Amino acid sequence: MAKYNILMHEMVPEHWLVPVKEEEKILKTLGVTKGQLPKIRKSDPVIKALEKVEGEIVPGRMIEIVRKSRTRGIAKIYRTVIGE
Amino acid sequence: MKVEISKGIEELKFALLSPDEIRRMSAVKVITPDTYDDDGYPIEKGLMDPSMGVIEPGLKCKTCGGKVDQCPGHFGHIELAMPVVHIGFIKEIYSILSSTCSNCGRIKLADDKLKEYFQRIKDTADRLSDIEYDDIVSEVESEASDVVICPHCHFENQKVALDKPTTFREEGKKLTPKEIRERFEKIPNEDLPLIGLDPKVARPEWMVLTVFPVPPVNVRPTITLETGERSEDDLTHKLVDVIRINQRLRENRDQGSPQLIIEDLWDLLQYHITTYFDNQTPGTPPARHRSGRSLKTLVQRLKGKEGRFRSNLSGKRVNFSARTVISPEPFLSINQVGVPEKAARELTVTETVTEHNFEKLKELIKNGPGKEEDVYKPGVNYVYRTDGSRIKISDKNAAEVAEKMEIGWQVERQMENGDIVLFNRQPSLHRMSMMAHEVRVLPYRTFRFNLAVCAPYNADFDGDEMNLHVLQSQEARAEAEILMKVQENFLSPRFGGPIMGAIHDHITALFMLTYKNPLIPLDAGLHIMSYIDVGKTPETVEVDGKKYFRGRDIFSMILPEGVNLEFKGKLGDKSLDPNGTEGTIKIENGKLINGAIDENAIGQSKGVLLDYVLRKYGNAEGAKFLDNLTRLAAGVISFTGFSTGIDDEDVPGEAKAQLREVGNEAVQKVEKLIENYKNGLIGMEPGKTLEDTLESMVMKALSQAREKSSEIASHYLGMDNSTVIMARSGARANMMNLAQMAGIIGQQSIRGQRQHRGYTNRTLPHFQKGDIGAYARGFVSSSYKEGLNPTEYFFHATGGREGLVDIAVRTSRSGYMQRRLINALEDLKVSDEGKVLDTEDSIIQLEYGEDGTDPSRSFEGESVDIDYLIKEMFGKKYGGKQ
Repeated sequence: MAKYNILMHEMVPEHWLVPVKEEEKILKTLGVTKGQLPKIRKSDPVIKALEKVEGEIVPGRMIEIVRKSRTRGIAKIYRTVIGE
Repeated sequence: MKVEISKGIEELKFALLSPDEIRRMSAVKVITPDTYDDDGYPIEKGLMDPSMGVIEPGLKCKTCGGKVDQCPGHFGHIELAMPVVHIGFIKEIYSILSSTCSNCGRIKLADDKLKEYFQRIKDTADRLSDIEYDDIVSEVESEASDVVICPHCHFENQKVALDKPTTFREEGKKLTPKEIRERFEKIPNEDLPLIGLDPKVARPEWMVLTVFPVPPVNVRPTITLETGERSEDDLTHKLVDVIRINQRLRENRDQGSPQLIIEDLWDLLQYHITTYFDNQTPGTPPARHRSGRSLKTLVQRLKGKEGRFRSNLSGKRVNFSARTVISPEPFLSINQVGVPEKAARELTVTETVTEHNFEKLKELIKNGPGKEEDVYKPGVNYVYRTDGSRIKISDKNAAEVAEKMEIGWQVERQMENGDIVLFNRQPSLHRMSMMAHEVRVLPYRTFRFNLAVCAPYNADFDGDEMNLHVLQSQEARAEAEILMKVQENFLSPRFGGPIMGAIHDHITALFMLTYKNPLIPLDAGLHIMSYIDVGKTPETVEVDGKKYFRGRDIFSMILPEGVNLEFKGKLGDKSLDPNGTEGTIKIENGKLINGAIDENAIGQSKGVLLDYVLRKYGNAEGAKFLDNLTRLAAGVISFTGFSTGIDDEDVPGEAKAQLREVGNEAVQKVEKLIENYKNGLIGMEPGKTLEDTLESMVMKALSQAREKSSEIASHYLGMDNSTVIMARSGARANMMNLAQMAGIIGQQSIRGQRQHRGYTNRTLPHFQKGDIGAYARGFVSSSYKEGLNPTEYFFHATGGREGLVDIAVRTSRSGYMQRRLINALEDLKVSDEGKVLDTEDSIIQLEYGEDGTDPSRSFEGESVDIDYLIKEMFGKKYGGKQ
């Protein structure tokens, strides 16, 4: 079977790598520290798929997830990449 | 209020008791397996030795001199003749045995390897979590246990096997606890951190018991029955066994008895000590009481729902609460609860005397505690003076105490109308299972409430009991009233609509009051209106010189002013009304213009009118509307009377003939299908075998028969029929139930399939083998009214049982699922900014629900009801969907 890009699947929400420059700004508007954010493993299939586009993603980087929401339109969630 | 924490827990550390420590903390060496002598005095050096604490009032502890409430109890000890393994550490003993060398006692890993692991612990010491440490330990264990030749002394180790529950074998040879202990003694302290032990507080050989601690008597008190008979605690029984066998073992050992006998006794001692800790060890028969019940030993005291944690620490019994049977009372507001006088006299609110309530409390004290036969008048049971001393109020001292009362005293006054209480029914599955009510003290012995409140509690009156809790502080009362009052919980967070509403007879009554806008004679109308707060009676109409009210006008009286609404009722387009207008409910400026009020208007969780009133006028007005509605319904239905019986399902002869025809036709159709199948005339449907195709065709044919019978029944049973009124208005039942009573019950299924299990090739011996016709597979062509024939009856019962089993399985499964969910989510909180955080302040959701919408303030899950807003702002011209 040909490799399928899981990011293209309709059930997988959009994942974006947050540029390091913008991280602080986003954290400030959210009023949280990076450590408080939910985690995502580096070994997560989504991160692996993202790495094909963005190059290696080191632990500590931030990921923006854009989910569709019936009530909200779109909901933006952030996660911190952790090892393994 | 400032909360001061005098001591905070920073860390918890578990350690092992060393034999030395057990001896040091012991107050007495127990050597006799007896408890009391013939005179009832505890035997010295026995299991009830007074050095281990006192349980009888008056006596003094031999160790500390304290009385019952002062002495904390003291441990004793038993010197074991032979060492025995501790069942709680079997896993650890096994892993230590397999990862260390039996010759030199070192962990079977080379020095550089060990160093590496130590370095890992050291490196991460500052941020090392318990889980990570455990990971390292188990890594060491799995790596070391595979090693055969010890890298330190080059001894060839043998594989150790655990023969459950407590026997260890090395190449088939039994390892005695003594040998295990000797091996463990050889393990150097330096290696211990890598097997998960802190050498400062634990040595592995301490997992093999040589001295056995005897818990204080307070832990295992003797119970004296009324007959004077004494009965010992289960733990004491078990300790008796331990001492007895220990004694025999020692005697036999000292006499130099044969090894076989000693080994048997040793195993027996192991058994008793194992069951003393855990009487449900797999592989061990539980120790039993003389009566045959299994003993409740240490682990059983702690574990499970009835254990110390779930039953005594997480859950406790409370004061200021009551429990009794519930019953309905339509004259109470939904915010109220009727409390029986008997309970009201016992339940109290503690009030501190101030200058503001001085006179009131004085009067209450004067009332005394009151007598059961008197009319209820709130009084006082106890008062507490400023120094904390308690005075019981009786008829005699009431006046005297009232005069002496001072500011600062505490008065436990009995319940009065208007007190705020919490009312609860188990299982408490959602937050509406516990709501705040206002008290109404009533005669008799049941708690009573408005029928609309049955829904959130999931209560009925077939013997249900409920609990009531009296709030004791001003803050609690305020909070309960703002957050927990019934009217504040109208909108369920489950679906964003009203969970409470009219039920059963409320719907029937108001349907009859408004269907086709009946003429109500003047006197009847006035009687009905006397049930509600009457402002101005509606205009009367005159027919044939007699005065009448119109039903819809009476209903309009309970509508708030300015309601403008148009929506489809349950009758909808199928209305039995010739003009087909009854299904459109139209309210203009608080007047019901058209339509019959039914479940869609006022029913629980779907009443459009109720929902509208709640959202437009607020909870208080909504509560008033529902109060009036239930009263009006009671007025209507008790005046008109309403009843149903099986003769409601009488259908004329021609209908009966038609129904029979439908049944026969269906059966013949099935026979035809089977014949076609046998002749190979049926083609396979996609994704199905030939048999499946036939089955689905048969099922379709039979369900069509039931639908047809439903149509016939509906046709012959009209709106003059009580059952039809209930079904059409949505009060109870539906047209299918009706058709089953009057016409054809239909196919009985198990797991969605026709009945097929039973004997070889047939369901019942009443049928030919291989018969797959309608009747042989559970089709019931009779009606409930006619009665079922024996085979039909059997199939109906099997089908019915499936439902019962389903319910039993579902409730237990969903209960456990809910418990796990609650435990997982219990300490999440929503912060002031609307973030969902856990106890470490980690983010669970950046915004509650990822949309910041409170579902109980939403409109059926949507943040706002746009249609309503457009209609309200721009008028009807742009009207929304309704």
